[in-house]
Amino acid sequence: MSKNTFSIGGVHPHDSKLSRGCAIEQLPLAPAVYLQLSQHIGAPAKPIVAVGDKVKVGQPIAEPGGFVSSFIHSSVSGTVKSIAPRPDLAGNPQMCIEIAVEGDEWAEGIDLSDTLVTDIPEDNKAIIEKIRLAGVVGLGGATFPTHVKLSPPPGSKCEMVIINGCECEPYLTSDFRVLLEKGEQVVVGAAILSQVMGNVPCTIAVEVNKPEAIAHIEEIIGRLGFKGISVMPMKMRYPQGSEKQLIDAVMHRQVGSGALPISVGAVVQNVGTALAVYDAVQKNKPLVDNVLSVTGECFPHQANLQVRVGTPIKYIIDYLGGVPEDAVKVISGGPMMGRAIANLDASTLKGTSAVLFLTAKQTLRAPETACIRCGKCAGACPMGLEPFLLYRYAKVNDLEALEQNAAQDCIECGCCLYSCPAHIPLLDNIRQAKAAVLGAIRARAAAAKAAAEAKK
Amino acid sequence: MVRIIIWTIAVVTVLGLVLALVLYLVAKRFKVEEDPRIDEVEKAMPGANCGGCGFAGCRAFAEAAVKAPNLDSIYCPVGGNDTMAKVAQILGYEVKEKAPMVAVVRCNGTCQARPRINNYDGYASCKVKAALYSGDTGCSYGCLGCGDCVNACQFGALSMDPETGLPVVDQEKCTACGACVKACPKHIIELRPKGPRGMREFVSCVNRDKGPVAKKACANACIGCGICAKTCTKDAIVIEGNVAYIDASKCKLCRECEAVCPTGAIHGVGFPKPLDKDAVKARIKERQLKEKEAKKDE
Amino acid sequence: MIMSKLTISPSPHIHAKDSTRRLMLDVVIALVPAAVCSFVFYGWREVLLMAVSIASCVLLEWAVTKFMLKKPSTIGDFSAVITGMLLAMNLPYTTPLWVVVIGAVVAIGVAKLTFGGIGQNIWNPALVGRVFLLVSFPTYMTTWGAPQGIVDAVSGPTPLGAIQEGLLQGSTVQEIMASNGYSYSQMLFANLGGSAGEVCALALLAGFVYLCIRKVIKPWITLSIFATVALTALVFWEINPERFTDSLFNLLSGGLILGACFMATDYVTSPMSLWGGVIFGVGIGFLTMMIRYFGPYPEGVSFAILIMNSVVPLLNMWFHQKKFGRK
Repeated sequence: MSKNTFSIGGVHPHDSKLSRGCAIEQLPLAPAVYLQLSQHIGAPAKPIVAVGDKVKVGQPIAEPGGFVSSFIHSSVSGTVKSIAPRPDLAGNPQMCIEIAVEGDEWAEGIDLSDTLVTDIPEDNKAIIEKIRLAGVVGLGGATFPTHVKLSPPPGSKCEMVIINGCECEPYLTSDFRVLLEKGEQVVVGAAILSQVMGNVPCTIAVEVNKPEAIAHIEEIIGRLGFKGISVMPMKMRYPQGSEKQLIDAVMHRQVGSGALPISVGAVVQNVGTALAVYDAVQKNKPLVDNVLSVTGECFPHQANLQVRVGTPIKYIIDYLGGVPEDAVKVISGGPMMGRAIANLDASTLKGTSAVLFLTAKQTLRAPETACIRCGKCAGACPMGLEPFLLYRYAKVNDLEALEQNAAQDCIECGCCLYSCPAHIPLLDNIRQAKAAVLGAIRARAAAAKAAAEAKK
Repeated sequence: MVRIIIWTIAVVTVLGLVLALVLYLVAKRFKVEEDPRIDEVEKAMPGANCGGCGFAGCRAFAEAAVKAPNLDSIYCPVGGNDTMAKVAQILGYEVKEKAPMVAVVRCNGTCQARPRINNYDGYASCKVKAALYSGDTGCSYGCLGCGDCVNACQFGALSMDPETGLPVVDQEKCTACGACVKACPKHIIELRPKGPRGMREFVSCVNRDKGPVAKKACANACIGCGICAKTCTKDAIVIEGNVAYIDASKCKLCRECEAVCPTGAIHGVGFPKPLDKDAVKARIKERQLKEKEAKKDE
Repeated sequence: MIMSKLTISPSPHIHAKDSTRRLMLDVVIALVPAAVCSFVFYGWREVLLMAVSIASCVLLEWAVTKFMLKKPSTIGDFSAVITGMLLAMNLPYTTPLWVVVIGAVVAIGVAKLTFGGIGQNIWNPALVGRVFLLVSFPTYMTTWGAPQGIVDAVSGPTPLGAIQEGLLQGSTVQEIMASNGYSYSQMLFANLGGSAGEVCALALLAGFVYLCIRKVIKPWITLSIFATVALTALVFWEINPERFTDSLFNLLSGGLILGACFMATDYVTSPMSLWGGVIFGVGIGFLTMMIRYFGPYPEGVSFAILIMNSVVPLLNMWFHQKKFGRK
């Protein structure tokens, strides 16, 4: 058992990797896809096609709307039917480009062959530009535009690239299957990232519940001869794959409050992102599909599907047999940080990693009882916060006390609510408090800036 | 024995006098000079410390009132015109009488009219629910029913009706302090004038979806058809974003909009007699016929 | 398509199997070995005592929550059962049953429910009940009857009581120990007189280890109490071995083990952080020894814990756990 892990907090949910044995299948194309313009951190993308245009797979259909933004490419070939608001998985209207599918014609220049391209181009600037043009965003859940992450502010130095293969959320197995079936591409992608950040060492972190993946990747690294890349087996613990916690576990450095990982010399990318980087740089293939797990104890047809971005979730579920009768919750993502789906007609995004079905027994919340001051929440919090205190302050909206107790450092991992014996809805309230504190901090910074400008 | 008693009385008396003197001198030495009118104004305040005036409590209001050049931008909704008159008298200012306001819940999406399409299992707070998703009905603008407004009210004027799932405002207790308005994440509650003898008209819907979508989600929704705006002879109704809004300053309480609304989204409160829709519709028809003929003659 | 409605909630969507009731049940299980030992030594009267204590605590909490507070009753979380067990284990087995009931009323009614129920009380309810009885009914509380149980045991005052009496009469510690035939093994496996909870140190320690393994409690409060008691006793014993008892004697005698393992570690009345807990333990250990050596009572654990309970809010304010990424 590995001892490599983060230093504070954490919980041990059962890993429930039910679909780990399912090889990646291609999902047949849906009749239409709906590409949301805002599916990455930063400004929403701006459409560059019009209704009625014919598009091919991999053709850019929306350009970045700001510095921190990303391209969006058509994931199918067909005709643009509409550019209109459509309810997302939470029921809120989001601008989407609807494309009716006709055939499967790919744009020119994209290499669709299976040949592994191991020669990495030398021009780092060109690599980053290729990544930007391919619309690659972080596929670990945050969907931060990768080309921005790979261009740190001047003065900051990267000392290590960490590839996150932990997949610490229970049930998710998409990263595991990618490591097993597309391991070579991932390793080349890791090598590209390590070169771009200054030929720094690269660590691929994988939890010990994936021994086949660890062995496979180690074999690939030896065979392909990439000396700077190594695999680090990690202890099975949640949230091992959280960016700050992973950096703590691998490099034994803690990213400060409000700071970025680059401040301690780390750049973390998900396994899926490394694969997308390989595709973008070596195959000229933009980000148009990703692997997601469809799973849950009550779901009879577990699968890991390669799905085109924008596929309606209902289509995916119906392809595999429909929503099971005893499922009461359908979640996009994992059970700890995923979002419960209110609208099954919504479509997948670049960052969608799973469709999970949970029964009433597994997910319904028990009634809240009195806090017994056991401190389990504080013991579980990976950021070392005291949720019992933050909860009380959040209820009376004491922003000063919340800021003093670091509510803004909360990573919303859910360990506190998961471990509370009294079933208190801790994170529900702390989330609101965190937003309020961040708002207050921003307002203060803006006011200070304005005051400084006024003085000039 | 008696000596002890005498000594005790003497010592305690002297101690008391000495300490009283010390307290007096300290109070004098460390006295904070304040405008005495602040205390007078504070005495005239209702003392609820609700923050409805925008200041941090009744004393803060008193301080602001004394400092201000006039009372135009200072008003206590809880004390109302009576309190403002007293404050004006103390400070020697003029004050205009303001129309009393009341909180109005602009949603009529009852459990019967607006079916639930999913079950919410999180913490029972409208703020949390609104941040999470569009709600457990087809209307993403309507009341979420968790009672943040009820909890925010310091005067006990709001309560949840278990049958409709909507908050109810007690007109007598409501002081229009605005706490519920701030608490509602969907901005459903509005402070509107109470109206002459408590009569007022308002559109009980804030749904901005197109008509058919809104109607599908809720039988009582405003579908933005515009009939009310066309009927109103005082130009008091504006249709914006597929929803109607009645401007209280222009409304003359004729109740014609309420009669012609196809979904019953417009509500009249405080009227002595129930609305006779047919009679009002007939009256409207007559008037519109007359207008047509008048136009023909021109 | 699904016929029933989907459930929506904020994340996380799963929950650990822990619940308040499970934690309390673990504590009850941990107390069972010591309770069984006391039944063995003191016989049926002790069983009755514990039954009455538990029943009074549970019944009172049910009645008050249902009829006075008009809330759903909270007896399902088993905390009243624990208070009942601990209260019974703090009393001599000859205590009249009506005295026990009064103790239960004070423990649950005054120390727990008036403060707002579980999670809100400042002082450990079982100890408040015990101290109330000690002050109100000193004769009942200091009469240690002869054991009636299976094992032949020595009757008379507890070891601490004997020491205190003997010292007042002018004997030295060694003389008192010799004349009473005290030995450490006796105290460990306990056939000495005392309250039910004092009898078997080994059973209590086994319960403590069980709780640590089940991750119900963290060991640092208890270990800090033991360490402080041992150190303080060592220092004083070195200075004057004829006046002051030694470390091992103090660790094994009286209600120290019961108090350190089960009362000081009560969630509600102990500090939340590591350093807060350590200082809490040091305070309890030190105060216990001061009361034992210099105070009018032979046993000091109950008072020491109650005094340190008052300091807990301050400890919680001063000591917070280390936050990620901050100095």
